[in-house]
Amino acid sequence: MSVAQVLETEKRAIGVETIGMTKIFGNLKALDDVSIRVKPGTFHALLGENGAGKSTLVKCMMGFYQPTRGEMLVNDRAGSVPNPRAAHALGIGMVYQHFTLVPSLTAAENLVIARADTPTVIDWGKERKALKAFLETTPFKVPLDVPVSGLSAGEKQKLEILKQLYLDQRFLILDEPTSVLTPDEADEVLGLLRAMTEAGELTILMITHKFREVTAYADDVTVLRRGRVVGAGRVQDLSVADMSRMMIGETEIRESATRVEQPLKKLKLELAGLFADDDEELPAIEAISLKIHSGEILGIAGVSGNGQSELIEVLSGQRLLKHGRIFIDKQPYEPQRDQMDRFKVFGFSEEPLRNVAVPRMSVAENMAFRTFDKAPISPFRGWLSPMPMRRRAKELITAYRVKTPSTEEPIENLSGGNVQRAILARELSGDVDVLIVANPCFGLDFASVAEIRAQIMEQRNKGAAILLVSEDLDEILELADKVAVMSEGRISYQSAMAETDRATIGHAMAGHH
Amino acid sequence: MADTTETPGFAVETSMASDLPERFRRSAEFVVIPLLALIVSGILFSVFLALLGKSPVGFFALVWKGGFGTSFSWQNTLVRAAPLVFTALCVAIPARLGLVIIGGEGALVLGGFAAAAIAIPMIDWAPTFLLLGVMAIAGMLAGGIWIGCVGALRHYRGVNETIASLLMFYIAVSILNFFVEGALRDPSDPNKPSTRPIGSDNMIGVIPGTDVHWGLLVGVLLCGLLYLLMNRTTFGFAAQVAGGNLRAAQSQGLPVGKLMVVSCAIAGACAGLAGFFEVAAIHGKANASLVAGYGFTGILVSFLARHNPLVIIPVAIFLGGIAASGGLVQRRMDLPDATVLVLQGLLFVVILVSETFYGRLSIFQSKGEA
Repeated sequence: MSVAQVLETEKRAIGVETIGMTKIFGNLKALDDVSIRVKPGTFHALLGENGAGKSTLVKCMMGFYQPTRGEMLVNDRAGSVPNPRAAHALGIGMVYQHFTLVPSLTAAENLVIARADTPTVIDWGKERKALKAFLETTPFKVPLDVPVSGLSAGEKQKLEILKQLYLDQRFLILDEPTSVLTPDEADEVLGLLRAMTEAGELTILMITHKFREVTAYADDVTVLRRGRVVGAGRVQDLSVADMSRMMIGETEIRESATRVEQPLKKLKLELAGLFADDDEELPAIEAISLKIHSGEILGIAGVSGNGQSELIEVLSGQRLLKHGRIFIDKQPYEPQRDQMDRFKVFGFSEEPLRNVAVPRMSVAENMAFRTFDKAPISPFRGWLSPMPMRRRAKELITAYRVKTPSTEEPIENLSGGNVQRAILARELSGDVDVLIVANPCFGLDFASVAEIRAQIMEQRNKGAAILLVSEDLDEILELADKVAVMSEGRISYQSAMAETDRATIGHAMAGHH
Repeated sequence: MADTTETPGFAVETSMASDLPERFRRSAEFVVIPLLALIVSGILFSVFLALLGKSPVGFFALVWKGGFGTSFSWQNTLVRAAPLVFTALCVAIPARLGLVIIGGEGALVLGGFAAAAIAIPMIDWAPTFLLLGVMAIAGMLAGGIWIGCVGALRHYRGVNETIASLLMFYIAVSILNFFVEGALRDPSDPNKPSTRPIGSDNMIGVIPGTDVHWGLLVGVLLCGLLYLLMNRTTFGFAAQVAGGNLRAAQSQGLPVGKLMVVSCAIAGACAGLAGFFEVAAIHGKANASLVAGYGFTGILVSFLARHNPLVIIPVAIFLGGIAASGGLVQRRMDLPDATVLVLQGLLFVVILVSETFYGRLSIFQSKGEA
């Protein structure tokens, strides 16, 4: 591919079609006879819950997986993709949910090294000129000479897309591209992509679960459920209710718990001027001061990477608190085991296998993390008795409807929703006074999301003080009594939920306030 | 299987289908891979021998004969297995926390030295049981503090425990040499610089009817005890949590630093005990002979046993046998003594490579779970 080719961008969009795509893993039919047609120059949304087969489908299209049956047409010609390189050669590129850029290199360097034909000795003067010329042809503007680590999430996402365009991929698969962006950034990126599809320069297949993005930007939509196409059509002919019914099917979704008015609000958790560093020993959070009362959910909104995860780590003992103090019931609190028990502090977060569970240990063991050193699992000091541990796990598995073959299954073999339910069972089955929650529904299916949100609300109604950090603004709008916005490690905005709205919070997230 | 879960996830549904053969297949991995590694290293070593113009078959026959063929060779094997059991524990216990400690040899050397050194002023008056008791405690303390420091360095200062423990081995040897060739040298022994012998009356005896000293039995008991500690106590559970996922352990408020230091101290005490037995049952004094490589072979034992204290026992005997056959191989095949070290080295490299195959070989997985 040469730069000259890149320059001729008119009407170069590619159409891709799958016919009867089927992929079988062991006993599981991940894809069952999936035929979708993405016409050139359209913006196509791929909807479906987690585990519905969306990722399997695009991985088959990208050549990461070989379909068990079925074929793929590229511009109406049979195209075989034995590996991702073949997909690239056909002009099919993918932008992943997480960034794949090298943070220490500049945008220009990232683009040039991504090319398959990068020469051994790079003539940077020439490359830079070619890059500038290339950038002229796209609507995306990204500073070329700043290390990627210094770019905002929106700029990084634009650079990821630019990289695909630079590699001359004219069929872009986007995997939840806006999950790391502010609402404004998301609108900008999707708007630009939309314009490129309208100009016939690009075809987009976007995996998403945000209906707002589908109705605002997509031309067509395909809905997958349990590996099958359960609905497809033009977005303008479908209502959000139609699409959501297709996605969920007959599954019963738990009603969201009603917010019970709390009569007497006692100050429970107080964060007083918290400071902490990130892994590079640069300030990550600065002067975080918050007050949370019993029976109250304080939601912390913000774009990922603005210090929320560091704050959660400080509160859960995973990161050193540099300055400041935490008080519970006006007493100083440190996240150590005895104090967690005394003050009844619990918590859970996104990616439980990474943050709060041990993947290789069994479901029963993971469920016993809070109780293994107390009777009945530890009948006397130091001893551990597996029988009561298993019995307790069985009760919790039933009560929280965790789907697992047995109590002894390594927890990593469970699906995301079931891992999170197992953790919920561990953290919420006792008395909870303080609950610290971070992105609890990240990557989970509708049923689990509804269940988890209802449980959080239930704890609030029972009088727990809840700190909810979420990158999903809708989650905060649904659950929180008060909202705070984190931006660059500081609390940049605080308000009672009744006195604010989505747009105000969104602007605060972008740093305008 | 079209399972009607409300949360369709790949993993759950495949594991739902797991029946007995499936489970067997999964656990078979932990037997088959080490066995394959043994066979592969045997083949590689055969190539090495063939290049030297020696017969691989003859070699393995001699190893069998020298290690396990006669009651004499069995006893020789078991004597060598005893310190390996202890030094393997020195690797296995911290491994539960995800720490790779390779400096057990240092703890062994210092443990043996401390035992011999503390005995010097006591030899003339102390009864045997008191002398041996004090020596054992000194050995364990020295080893425990030594490796405990490695754990503390790791937790409080972030120093890599593998490198630290290896470098501290050299310091340990230097400490031994410094005293044995200096202040604590026994003037009555003109040949090899050594500490004062504890006297043959004070030496630990052999298990009746054998030439094997009691250290082996103590090692076997210790393996059982530490197995219980790691699998049936809250300490072991907490260590497993911390080793499996540090962040999870922290979020549960577990005292990660304490767990690390204590595990390392226990590990060092095991290696120190090996040094004590080498002094009190074999050499009768501390000298450079303590640096015999048991600490390093122990690493191999623990990795082969996948850090399971109960599996350490047979593996230690197996490797003890290989070591025991070294003399016979040397005499009969005209090969240098280091030949068995080559075999051990090959074994270790192949074992380390084989570690990367767990969970990757498709025959052990549910079909098609790529």
